[in-house]
Amino acid sequence: MIISVASGKGGTGKTTIAVNLALALAGDKKNNVYFLDCDVEEPNAHLFLKPLIKKSEPVEIPIPKIDYNKCNFCGKCARACLFNAIAVAKNKVLIFPELCHGCGACTYICPEGAISEKGREIGIIEEGEAGLSNFMEGRLNIGEAIAPPIIKRIKKRGIEKYQSEVNKNKNGSKQHILLIDAPPGTSCPVIESIKESDYTILVTEPTPFGLHDLVLAVEVLKKLQIPYGVVLNKCDIGDHQVEKYCQEKEIPILMSLPMDKEIAIAYSKGIPLVNLGYSYKQKFISLFQNIVTEYKLAKVRN
Amino acid sequence: MKEIVIVSGKGGTGKTVIAGSFAVLAKNKVMGDCDVDASNLYLLLHPQVKEKHDFYAGVIPEIDLTKCNQCGLCEELCRYDAITVSQDGAFVDYISCEGCGLCGLACPEKAVEMKENLCGEWYISETQYGPLVYARLGIAEENSGILVTTVRKNARVIAENRNLDLIIIDGPPGIGCPLIASITGANLVVVVTEPTLSGIHDLERVIEVSQHFNVEPVVIINKFDINLENTSSIKEFCKENSISVIGRIHFDNIITEALVKGLPVVEHSDNKVTQEIKDIWQEIFKKIQ
Repeated sequence: MIISVASGKGGTGKTTIAVNLALALAGDKKNNVYFLDCDVEEPNAHLFLKPLIKKSEPVEIPIPKIDYNKCNFCGKCARACLFNAIAVAKNKVLIFPELCHGCGACTYICPEGAISEKGREIGIIEEGEAGLSNFMEGRLNIGEAIAPPIIKRIKKRGIEKYQSEVNKNKNGSKQHILLIDAPPGTSCPVIESIKESDYTILVTEPTPFGLHDLVLAVEVLKKLQIPYGVVLNKCDIGDHQVEKYCQEKEIPILMSLPMDKEIAIAYSKGIPLVNLGYSYKQKFISLFQNIVTEYKLAKVRN
Repeated sequence: MKEIVIVSGKGGTGKTVIAGSFAVLAKNKVMGDCDVDASNLYLLLHPQVKEKHDFYAGVIPEIDLTKCNQCGLCEELCRYDAITVSQDGAFVDYISCEGCGLCGLACPEKAVEMKENLCGEWYISETQYGPLVYARLGIAEENSGILVTTVRKNARVIAENRNLDLIIIDGPPGIGCPLIASITGANLVVVVTEPTLSGIHDLERVIEVSQHFNVEPVVIINKFDINLENTSSIKEFCKENSISVIGRIHFDNIITEALVKGLPVVEHSDNKVTQEIKDIWQEIFKKIQ
């Protein structure tokens, strides 16, 4: 089962939920847990999971390289590039690597065959182990704008690994769970992170900001047709509008966590909640059971 | 004219709470909300929308199935796996499509037409504290960077037309496309952080990005009393990198209370925390003079 953790608003507790769910599930030997940190602009799960990184590799996107022996400065590449990453002057072709999406239109259109492609590093992905979980994270390089190619790479790698284990153990008793920690927002990096999920947890808090951004996140999930439920973090601050909204829209509240000084201090130090005691671990196991139930219900409804 | 941008790296550290209070405290200014994915500043400032504009950016392919002969070239060329060709024709997955136009260039039957893409809205509004420009990116859309630039450009036009001295931008989280579009060319980046390991990790990254684009960063430590040890680490880090910490704010429930009432916190109460925010504003004001 692929479960992603997302939220419209940042700082509501996505990483807390994802990390603790992973740890609680990994504590049971029959589970095989995979963790993908797809918040590549600000990856934080490693601060709590403290993984042992075994492999690190650059993520590159292809950018054009001009062969001046062949180029006749016709300008077709610049006109084809809708991202304004190429400009052609009298006897020079200017490439703006940060704007290039690596689509290959310039290479395709060049009548002289003067454009080849070379890789340009925009970030890295790291693979390793965190306790009983398989861990993978991406990291966008400083100054780079385009995060989705890195997310795409982690997803591909992670899902392949997960899928091959699932296929290998078809008749086994192992339960495979892939958890995805998504970035905040509602635009392309979020979509890229969550799109193959079986279920998405939306983490929010009971404030007007939390509600406003939850409504947007719900729109995303509807568009992607992924079943979803809400985790209400710091459930005792603010007001009751989020609960009211969920009730009206028949969105399940999968778990509520109170505002607690003990939790806040542990978080600030990078200590996972499940390390604070058995009751927290139980809470996250129940969260998973609720997800499974809701997922089955959603499947029946479709 | 000066432009300051409030950012954080990590989400939820209090950017909008601070921006909302600055909107009350600053004089002669225009506000812009550049968190176009999830803009929240208007929830505190209660604007009256004066102008609403459609936001078009990029293009998306539309396939004329009467012309398509299912040759499959578009599917083969598309690097975003956004086109699937079957016996019934070619179909575009608009969520995966990045709008590069290669399918349109390549189609031998000229069956692909590239259409302008409506991907959001932006608004010019008036609040009791001055004009506010904000936006809403369509769900699951791209081009957030261009929308951010649109918000900033229009805030600047308003400032010029009305002789305002200051542009206050509420920025997005992260360090990618929308963040870069929010800070390039600004006068000051105000980073709101919190004394947690995640907060510190993300603070360091967003500071590096600011410096990469040559905009001076200053730091506010919000909820500094949650972890005093981490607060000192932040101060040390800033000192080592010659970045000024212009203030710190206690953890206080009145911040949430003000939020629930839909008020900038300095309008809601007058206590230690609001005084801290007022002092921070004075520091920033001095800095940009």
